[in-house]
This record gives sequence, structure tokens and C-alpha cells, in this order.
Amino acid sequence: MKALKHFLMSPAAMLGLVLLVVIVGLALFADVLYPRDPLGLAGRPLQWPNPAGRFLLGTDASGRDIAAQIAHGARTTLLMGIVSTLIAIAIGIVIGALAGFYGGLTDDVLMRLTEAFQTLPNFILLLVLVVVVGSNMTAVTIAIGVVSWPAVARLTRAEFLTLRNREFVQACRTLGLTNRWIIFREVLPNALAPIIVYGSVVMATAILLESALAFLDLSDPNIASWGNLIGQGRKVLRSEWYVSAIPGVAILLTILSVSLVGQGLNDALNPRLRNR
Amino acid sequence: MSSIPTLLILLAGLFILLQFAPGDTVDALMAQMGGGDPAQAAELRRFYGLEGSAAVRLLDYLWRLVRLDLGFSAIYNKPVATVILERLPATLMLMLSALSFAFFAGMLLGIVSAQRVNGWADTLISLLGLLFYATPSFWLGLMSIVVFSIWLAWLPPGGLYEIGSGATGIWLVLDIARHLIQPTITLALIFLAIYLRIMRASMLEVSTLDFVRTARAKGLSRGEIVRRHVLRNALLPMVTLIGLQAGTMLGGSVVIESVFSLPGIGRLAYESVVQRDLNTLLGIVFVSAVLVICVNFVVDLIYARLDPRISAGA
Repeated sequence: MKALKHFLMSPAAMLGLVLLVVIVGLALFADVLYPRDPLGLAGRPLQWPNPAGRFLLGTDASGRDIAAQIAHGARTTLLMGIVSTLIAIAIGIVIGALAGFYGGLTDDVLMRLTEAFQTLPNFILLLVLVVVVGSNMTAVTIAIGVVSWPAVARLTRAEFLTLRNREFVQACRTLGLTNRWIIFREVLPNALAPIIVYGSVVMATAILLESALAFLDLSDPNIASWGNLIGQGRKVLRSEWYVSAIPGVAILLTILSVSLVGQGLNDALNPRLRNR
Repeated sequence: MSSIPTLLILLAGLFILLQFAPGDTVDALMAQMGGGDPAQAAELRRFYGLEGSAAVRLLDYLWRLVRLDLGFSAIYNKPVATVILERLPATLMLMLSALSFAFFAGMLLGIVSAQRVNGWADTLISLLGLLFYATPSFWLGLMSIVVFSIWLAWLPPGGLYEIGSGATGIWLVLDIARHLIQPTITLALIFLAIYLRIMRASMLEVSTLDFVRTARAKGLSRGEIVRRHVLRNALLPMVTLIGLQAGTMLGGSVVIESVFSLPGIGRLAYESVVQRDLNTLLGIVFVSAVLVICVNFVVDLIYARLDPRISAGA
């Protein structure tokens, strides 16, 4: 409760939370606000943003409503961001937990693997995966999760290393609990707080990866996506720069809100830093 | 260094994965030629060594990798190694300039920030850091083109040098530098944000240590304490970060090189994805891994130099 109070007292964390709620709301109510297909023809192309007119944020070069694409794109961005973060955290926790808990050869093998993954630039690895699995939404989401886990694994391993010889773990051993029970029911809950906080960093990176991929036209072309809209706007950058500018601001605000909330959680859950 | 064997295994894994990719180079080539008959396709596959079972090709590939032969690019009609070497200088220049800019600007801002914690300068710098961290680099690049290349017409919107200017020597160097200003800054800002945060934390951490109190008790001035005692120790985590970020920066250069149409390996990676030039793509993965390993090696050397307690052998 003290942590919650601390979180609510921090203006930066609250700003992040409010922003995040707005973006999540936009994603949830995209169908209500803009029931028509966001990628369908809506009107004359390249109309400038006009709060009084039919198109709040204008139309792009193909005559599609930018505001509708922003609302539906919020759904894409959040869904892909959250799911790929969950995948990355799941892989990272399993590998980090096994390495940190068992140590020895298991640790060596798994950490070599983690290092090898960290040596390959994640965006280039993502390109390779996209070539193999194709660029529909599910495949890209999984691919982003698969390239983002190494840092989570390292963090989990470090937590497990400090916890595995604590008294409560030894007590579990004497009680005859299985290793699987000890890892997932006893040690993991104690190691989870920093991992969840780090999840905000993973999610911010995942959103950047997805939008960069969509910007390069390598993500799913059949769904509204902010990155893709920026890429479309590039062709008319010279005169109608707003087509690229607007979705970029949306990405910026989303990542800002995710990192502010993450930072707020970190300060609230980490008592050592609380008095700084 | 010890991860090199794993890396080779991983590359082999990627090679196998790429066997499952829908469509190979020959398909892309045939599409470019506007279609052709199956006999012609089989002929081309034989020519580019794409026939035979996956296992045979894997062994063949690994054997060639050991000899640093990266294969032949059907799209560019040259050995992959040649194609990559042609594109490497632009990427190296971009990475080196972005890394130095992010490192030194992050270091300076971090130091300023740590001098007066929670003062107005600290708050402003932290705010900037948050904004830089949240900005997608490719979008920032486009916006910077709009402002500095289109509206103000101060900087060129892309390319590595003015084509057809015939500049040589110092003029060519200046021309390239002018073309690299925008890509460097847009690529560097997100890393700058990370560096400044780490530097600030690290300065605060070190300045609570005993030897700093001793220095203060000796009557050294504030500036001298920071320069001669705190800085050197606070730099250690920053140097570690260079090694950790090298791969991320290479990945980031894929989009930045595409935005500013720079002829680097990042753009080459993108082109080879679009053209299904799998040999080249795999070659780029290999070369970028080697680059990251080299950066980490240099980082280890710098580390030992900054902190004599760490010897390169240990």
C-alpha cells in the first residue's frame, strides 16, 4: 500500500498513467469512434488536419482518414507490444531461472546462448525471422518476442543467484518440495518485482521495433499501423509533412507513458531509492 | 570471446531457418525478369548452388564460413564479401560518429545533471532524456529532413556525398561530414538518453564513496574532485554500456540508413530482405556479429586502462 501511495504521489508517474489510460481507451473504443475500415477510402486525399471539418487529423495520400488510422493503430501497437513483451518475459524467465537456479553446466550453456543472442543485433535478427515466418501480425509479434528476451534472462538469473541459497529455499528443500515447485512457486514470486518493472523497457523497445518494421513496409500491410503510416507519409514529406508527423507523435506519447509508468513503479517498489 | 562457438551454432541454426523461407533468390530473380519456365529456374538454381539437400548445403555453408567465404550474391552478381565490404565504410562512419556523440554529450549532460540533483538544470536534462528515449529515430530523421533540409535548406536530405561534385581530398571529407550530421544525431539521441541517465546515477554513486570525502578533506576544489577523482571511476559503467549497445546501434542503423539513403550495410540488409537475397542477409548477420565482438574486445581493453585492478588476462 505504501508503494501504491508513493506511485500516486509522483507527478511523473501519474502523467504517464493518465496518458496510458487515454491510449488504452482509444484502442478499446476504436471501433465505436471509427466504425468504418480505417484502411478504406474516406475522402479527398491529402486534406490538411482541420478540427472543424470532417477529418480531425486530415487524410493521407490514398484518401484514408488519419484519425481513424491512429485509433486503430493504437490497438495494433498495444496488442503487439503487450503480447511480444509477454513472450519475451516468459522465455527470459524460464531461461534465466533455470540458469540461476541450477548453476553449473546448465548455467554455462544457457548463458552462452544468451550471449550469442546478444551479439546479434536484434533488429537484423528480426529481419531474418520476418523473411522466414512472413509478415502477418501473429508472426511479427512472436518474432519481436523472440529477439527481446536476453536482457530479461540476465536479470532473472541475477535475481535467482541471490535468492537460491536463502533460508526459505533451504527450508523448502528440507520439506522435500520438487525443484519445479521451488522455482516457480517460491523463488519466482520473490524475483518478480524487478522483472515486471523491466517489462516496461522491453515493451518500449518492442513498440519501437514494430513501428520500425512497419515503417520499412515489412510488417502486416493489412492492418492500420502507426509505423506504416509514417512510411506512407514519406512519399509526400516535402509538402504534406503532417501525414508522417502525426503518427510519430502517437508513438512518442505511447513510449513516454510506458516508460513513465515503469519508472514510477521502479521508484515505488525499490525502497532503497525512495528517499533520493 | 567464449561465445564464438555458440555464435557459429546460431548461424547454422539461422541457415537452416532460412531454408524454410518462402521463395528464394531464384524466385526473386525470375520475378524481376518477368517470369520464366521451370527449366530456366532449375538452371539458375544449379548456377547459384541452391540445389541439393539442406544438410549438404549447410555443411557446404559452414565450411565456406570457416574460410571466410560468404558465398555469392545473385542479386548483385558479386561475392557477398565484396558487396558487404563496399557498404561497410558508411556504416562504420555512422556508428563511430553516433557512438562518440552519444557518449560525450551523454557524459557532459550527466555530469551537469549530477552537480545539482533536482535543480532546474537536472530536471530539464532528465526531461530531455525522457523525450529522446521515447522518440522513434526514423521519425525524428524524417522530421529533421523537413526542418533542416526542406524548410531551412541547410543540410542535404540524404546520400553520403554530393554526386557529381567531383570533390576530392579535404573537400570530400567535409562533404561527407556534412551529409552525416543529420543521420548521426538522429541515430544517437536514444543512446544519448541512456548514457546521460547512467552517467548521472554513476556520478552520484561514486561521489558518496570514501576517497571522494578524503579528496574534499584535502581541500581540493569541486571541479578538481570531479575531474580527477570522480570522473574516472564514474566512467566504468559508461564503457560497459558501449559494448552492450553496439548491437542495438547496428540494428538502429538499418532504419536510419534507409531514411537518409546512406549506402551502408543496414540498408543492404533491408534490400536483401526485399529481394530475398538470403546469402547476403546471412553474410550481414555474420559480419555484424563479428563487429559487435570486436567492439566488445576494444571495450575490454579500455576497461583495463581505466581501472588498473582489472587486467585484460583475468
